[in-house]
Amino acid sequence: MSTAATPVELTRKDFESDQEVRWCPGCGDYGILASIQFLLPELGVEPHNTVFISGIGCAARLPYYMNTYGMHGIHGRAPALATGVAMARPDLSVWVIGGDGDMLSIGGNHLIHALRRNVNLNILMFNNQIYGLTKGQYSPTSEVGKVTKSTPFGSVDHPFNPISVAIGAEASFVARTHDMDRKHMMETFRRAHAHQGSSFVEVFQNCNVFNDGAYDPILKRDVRADMLIPLTHGEPIRFGADGQHGVAINEFGEPYVCETTEVGVANLLIHDEHRPDPTLAFALSRLASSPHMPTPIGVFRDVERPAYDAEVRAQVSHSIERSGAGDLNSLIHSGLVWTVD
Amino acid sequence: MGATTTLDRVVIRFAGDSGDGMQLVGDRFTELSAAFGNDLATLPNYPAEIRAPAGTLNGVSSFQVHISDHDIVTPGDGPNVLVAMNPAALMANVADLNPGSTIIVNSDAFSERDLEKAHCTTNPLEDGSLDAFTVYQVPMTSITVEATKPLGVKTRDAERSKNFFALGLICWMYTRPVAPVLEWVEKRFANKELVREANLAALKAGRNFGETAELFSPYEVKPASLPSGTYRNVIGNTATALGLVAAAHKAGLPLLYASYPITPASDILHELSKLKHFNVTTMQAEDEIAAAAIAIGGAFAGSLAITGTSGPGLDLKSEAIGLALSLELPLVIVDVQRGGPSTGLPTKTEQADLLLAMYGRHGESPLPIVAARSPSNCFDAAFEACRIALKYRTPVILLTDGYLANGAEPWLLPDPEALADIAVPFATELNHTRPDGSQEYWPYLRDPETLARPWAVPGTPGLQHRIGGIEKQDGSGNISYQPANHEKMVRLRQEKVDRIANDTERVWTDCEGSSTTLVLGWGSTWAAITAGVRRIRIRGLEVHQAHLTHLNPFPADLGELLKQYEHVLIPEMNLGQLSKLIRAEYLVDAISFTQVNGLPFKAADMEQRIMEVLNS
Ligand code: SF4
Repeated sequence: MSTAATPVELTRKDFESDQEVRWCPGCGDYGILASIQFLLPELGVEPHNTVFISGIGCAARLPYYMNTYGMHGIHGRAPALATGVAMARPDLSVWVIGGDGDMLSIGGNHLIHALRRNVNLNILMFNNQIYGLTKGQYSPTSEVGKVTKSTPFGSVDHPFNPISVAIGAEASFVARTHDMDRKHMMETFRRAHAHQGSSFVEVFQNCNVFNDGAYDPILKRDVRADMLIPLTHGEPIRFGADGQHGVAINEFGEPYVCETTEVGVANLLIHDEHRPDPTLAFALSRLASSPHMPTPIGVFRDVERPAYDAEVRAQVSHSIERSGAGDLNSLIHSGLVWTVD
Repeated sequence: MGATTTLDRVVIRFAGDSGDGMQLVGDRFTELSAAFGNDLATLPNYPAEIRAPAGTLNGVSSFQVHISDHDIVTPGDGPNVLVAMNPAALMANVADLNPGSTIIVNSDAFSERDLEKAHCTTNPLEDGSLDAFTVYQVPMTSITVEATKPLGVKTRDAERSKNFFALGLICWMYTRPVAPVLEWVEKRFANKELVREANLAALKAGRNFGETAELFSPYEVKPASLPSGTYRNVIGNTATALGLVAAAHKAGLPLLYASYPITPASDILHELSKLKHFNVTTMQAEDEIAAAAIAIGGAFAGSLAITGTSGPGLDLKSEAIGLALSLELPLVIVDVQRGGPSTGLPTKTEQADLLLAMYGRHGESPLPIVAARSPSNCFDAAFEACRIALKYRTPVILLTDGYLANGAEPWLLPDPEALADIAVPFATELNHTRPDGSQEYWPYLRDPETLARPWAVPGTPGLQHRIGGIEKQDGSGNISYQPANHEKMVRLRQEKVDRIANDTERVWTDCEGSSTTLVLGWGSTWAAITAGVRRIRIRGLEVHQAHLTHLNPFPADLGELLKQYEHVLIPEMNLGQLSKLIRAEYLVDAISFTQVNGLPFKAADMEQRIMEVLNS
């Protein structure tokens, strides 16, 4: 999403509402909210031209904390509500906030269709792999075997990989970040905002009450270097404190995690966000199936495609150009008309 | 050729296989008659299956048109003339004919195989079962094939034009000029030369057959003396679409129509998608819920937002409608009712969604309901629904039905200049003073008269606010779980809807003379009730009629009106839904008269029921 910058000095304060933030102490959502509030003044879009739309869930409370226009909608429907706003108004920066249950379970249909249409929206999905607001049931991103109140013997259904879902749904911008790294979040959200069309960002988020430490195996400070695979456009994909690990392509054309010294830097995969074909980006999303394996973060895919709402508006304005603004009287009188005296 | 006989009215039904093009010839005949100046009403009736097996009873499609030299309201009970293109069409429709009616059959379609497909053990053309009727056997297929042969049309393709033969014949019988149809065919099939020429040849062959066969004498139905003005023929779905466009125009807002394909509402979407130059944006959503949610987003952002559907879609939209109600944003939900429950009868009519519209949401969730009574009245009802939605910032349900959606009638065209200005201002100013004297914006500070909250659209500097489905504090709009506040908000939302009764027209009534009996209706039953009431009056008896456009809240004068009668008869195409509401609201011992066969009431049944009540 991108909106013309206005030359005003904005600060974080301009984007903070007067409402008391009410997530559980220690919740990862605080860090995400702060990143958004730090970033927005830098984007140059005024608070009154910014809209936050959400569904239901812990994450979905975020609009109340923003001094922008906001709507806290119904469960799962935020992408559809936001599509209506984006269609009606080219001048607004529209953000969609939700969790994994909201966007991938009850609202999965709206998410994939918003992505396929490429509506001008910045969609941030906070993935904590649990239902927090309803007090701890497994979610569509929980690992198999998850023991929760609703699955005392362990869950048996296979989870979604949100990045794979988004790429499969034809998303034109797909990225991942996490709640422990404000700089990375801000950078990723900035990229999402700059992108024309739907931007999908998965944010790994810790629910310290119902799923505490779900991402510890990859996000704890001491393991991050070895467990997060930063994706940087145009650079070989490398990770580890000394870049000792990397991602290369095997004989089937699939990316795999390797040791840099074994394959040689020249043979590492160079990340290309702009590849028109989504196959490789999808394959990268498959490197990790749970937060226990080295996991790519950053921008998986960023390609240009016309935005749905802009195309729809163009049809309207072209029709007006072509036929002139419609005249109600002649519309009512169209077809075979006769007069009775 | 015999002399022309003048009739005051006639009911013609074209019936054939769903692939025979009966709707098309019915439409053409209707347009011709409209342009000729007859009053008319139509009843298309087609199967839900796109193509049931050809020649079977399930595949029969029909189109009934009632033309008259005087003001009429219904498509007629039974046809005076039935055109049957095959045995199935004959068998499926013959029960609706009165003795003495005319049947014109395509005698080429009565082979043993055709009879079998229609489950006929004997040939009805020969077994005497049609003795009560005047039957004309016309070899429509073979004459059509013969007439199109010189054009080089293949036999199989030529047979397809037989509907135009039938149309040509009926045009001759009822002394309609075929020139406008010829013109229409030229245009419609401009790019398909062979089809065009075959249809033209078949049409002329039909007319010539009438003229030369000396089987029939022509009839004439003179133009009706309708109130003066300019008219066009219109079906309900088109009138609804135009009403929405007119409302957007008169409100000075862009129109956003979000919908999911569903019978019989899709034509509203089709109609509006052609009107982009009226600043109309249409959106085919991924599902019914999304369509409602997209419309709500559009309303939040300052559009006149509409979502259209039929019963199953209204079920799905319930939660979103509840959200719109809680957000107090303008939204119109069009429900083109069809037979239910579940998938029910997608192509048949019913008015069994009234209680769904009224109560089909969790919690106390009142909203205004407006219903159209005739195809052209869909325009006015759509306009009225938008007016209420905008003025009171509330979702409004507009009820039409399958009969209105596809039924046609002459429409006395309104003057757009005379339509009310329904523009409402957006909020642009801060509206509340904090204790420290500074100003802020309260999204739920209500208008003292209408109780509507201000509508501040995103992009308005300084008025940033958050709204949501969680209970809000009256005024500030902040989340509130306070018991007293919730009680207050529930009552305010109800009060807001109740007050609309002060702002709507009085009940529509037709109360000639004095009577002990009132027939009260709503929606499309208006036609049958009106026809029934006229028949009673022709008998020299007196009965009064009232009809509701506003189902919630009821018009302010309804209670007083009902009190004046000993009997209140409420005919409905459901199991008595309005009747329940009237009993509950006014403690009136209403008599419910119901029919749920997927078809409109017949005037004769209405007349009979009213007679029973008058005699009781
Ligand atoms: S339940 Fe979990 S996700 Fe929700 S606010 Fe508490 S810590 Fe955060």
